[in-house]
Amino acid sequence: MSVSVDVRLPRDGFTLEVAHDFAAQGVTALFGPSGCGKTSLLRVIAGHEPNATGQVHWDSEQWQGNRFLPPHLRRAGYVFQDARLFAHLNVEANLRFAEKRAGAGDILRQDVVEGLGIGRLLGRSVADLSGGERQRVSIARSLLSQPCLMLMDEPLAALDYRAKAGILPLIQSLPQRFGVPVIYVTHALDEVAQVADQVVTMKEGRVIAQGPTAEMLERPDMQGLSGRFEAGSILEGVINGHDHTLFLTQIDVGGLPFEMPYLEAPIGTRLRIRVRARDVTLAIKRPEGISTRNILAGKVMRLMPEENTAFTEVLVDLGPTRVQARVTQAAVLDLNLVEGGEVFALIKSVSFDRRALPGVKRG
Amino acid sequence: MSAELAPLWLSLRLAFFTTLVLLILATPLAWWLAMTRSRVKPVIEAVTALPLVLPPTVLGFYLLILFSPNSVLGGFFVSLTGQSLTFSFTGLVVASVIYSLPFMVQPLQSAFEGVGRGPLEVAASLGASPIDRFFSVASPLALRGYITGLVLSFAHTLGEFGVVLMVGGNIPGRTKVISIAIYENVETLEYAQAHWLSAILMGFSFAVLLLVFTVNRRFPVKVI
Repeated sequence: MSVSVDVRLPRDGFTLEVAHDFAAQGVTALFGPSGCGKTSLLRVIAGHEPNATGQVHWDSEQWQGNRFLPPHLRRAGYVFQDARLFAHLNVEANLRFAEKRAGAGDILRQDVVEGLGIGRLLGRSVADLSGGERQRVSIARSLLSQPCLMLMDEPLAALDYRAKAGILPLIQSLPQRFGVPVIYVTHALDEVAQVADQVVTMKEGRVIAQGPTAEMLERPDMQGLSGRFEAGSILEGVINGHDHTLFLTQIDVGGLPFEMPYLEAPIGTRLRIRVRARDVTLAIKRPEGISTRNILAGKVMRLMPEENTAFTEVLVDLGPTRVQARVTQAAVLDLNLVEGGEVFALIKSVSFDRRALPGVKRG
Repeated sequence: MSAELAPLWLSLRLAFFTTLVLLILATPLAWWLAMTRSRVKPVIEAVTALPLVLPPTVLGFYLLILFSPNSVLGGFFVSLTGQSLTFSFTGLVVASVIYSLPFMVQPLQSAFEGVGRGPLEVAASLGASPIDRFFSVASPLALRGYITGLVLSFAHTLGEFGVVLMVGGNIPGRTKVISIAIYENVETLEYAQAHWLSAILMGFSFAVLLLVFTVNRRFPVKVI
């Protein structure tokens, strides 16, 4: 299944012009700087921009083209940044609003209420909810309309860190749990790392790149798309042991041993860890007498000099996975780093991005 | 119904029917004004607000000419119903609707603007058709605007004088409304009667405005 768009929409300062097939499976992050047209594109798909020209298809179903299918007939759930709960209805009635108008579907109210943890909120007035609670109710309401697709427009942008950490894993689990693919608009890279299976990047109204999350996060040009972005790599691993005396957790990343400070999660837990490029040091000989615990042998895959700066991004192939290192151009010359050359990547054990651990309690 | 209170009863009936017609006519007009990006919006807004600034006699004068059986509209109405619009209760309702239009349209328009497109877009994505969205989302959220508009239109029509005098004259039981009865009482030096009717109108108007201001301050917009 897929959502294919080929649309144009003039906006202030730029024209949204996108021809793209979105794979409707898992979570697709639509990523780019503020004002690049992500939200506009989402609104076009939902049918909230009647001035857009071109075509929108959901599989073989035409949503826009010869005729404009109005939003209430598209079955696309939309979660807005500001939740937009109906102020004249309580939580329960907000959910019922969706249920009464829903088509056939197998999403059950009980599963939704349980899954989003809103059981105790049902009788509450919308005005009494916290930001995080509002967004949970908003997601639940959208699910209960039995959508074929969920469009989420920066649903966590207005939330604090704690509320965010609670909801991100839920969003990641939506496709698996309720069988609904998600297109998730964000300009926050840590959110991309946690929820997305694939990433589509946008800039100035156009799609500029797409690919699997891990691959996309290694691209140096991702940096230009987010002011707060730090280049790095996402590694997927499994917890295979804890050392309770030294407070360490061992993680297996495709056969490579990694060590990090203790994480309260059972052995066998799958997780994603993010390694920032600036926390990776390179050496051409295996260093000894050094405090860094994670030292892995690999090969230089690619050298990506940053224009007009002192730095070069180095992509290192570790066999089952890859990491990115940020070193100075001077170091590249000194160490005589060339593509294909052997190196050791030194990863500080403290450098794992703990925010990138879905659903795991911090130790 | 005693003859003294007949004008009061007539005024209440006039206010009721005028408000009812306004509710039906002003809703789509206010909705359009709130949602449109059309360039003619200020023109329509100005026309709608005209009765606020025009002397009622001016409005009444034009309506009298328009309603006359010799005019196109008046003649059409006569051929349709066999009755004249001038000096009739129906004519008074039509005139009052025009005269009180801004009192219904303006509160409704700002209420709809306050609701905005946000909740309507959500409702659409949840599968609600445009009509459904209006009745299940926009109207309940604009409830305050409705209450204000209904009460103001009713009260304003109740106190109407100039337009009624021009269009309806002073026919007991048909067009002699409370304000005209008071005027007549004063002209014929029946002050006791004038006092009674004035006090009733005064008390009612105060009660209505008190209700509006209380509602605007405290009434939480909530259906469930």
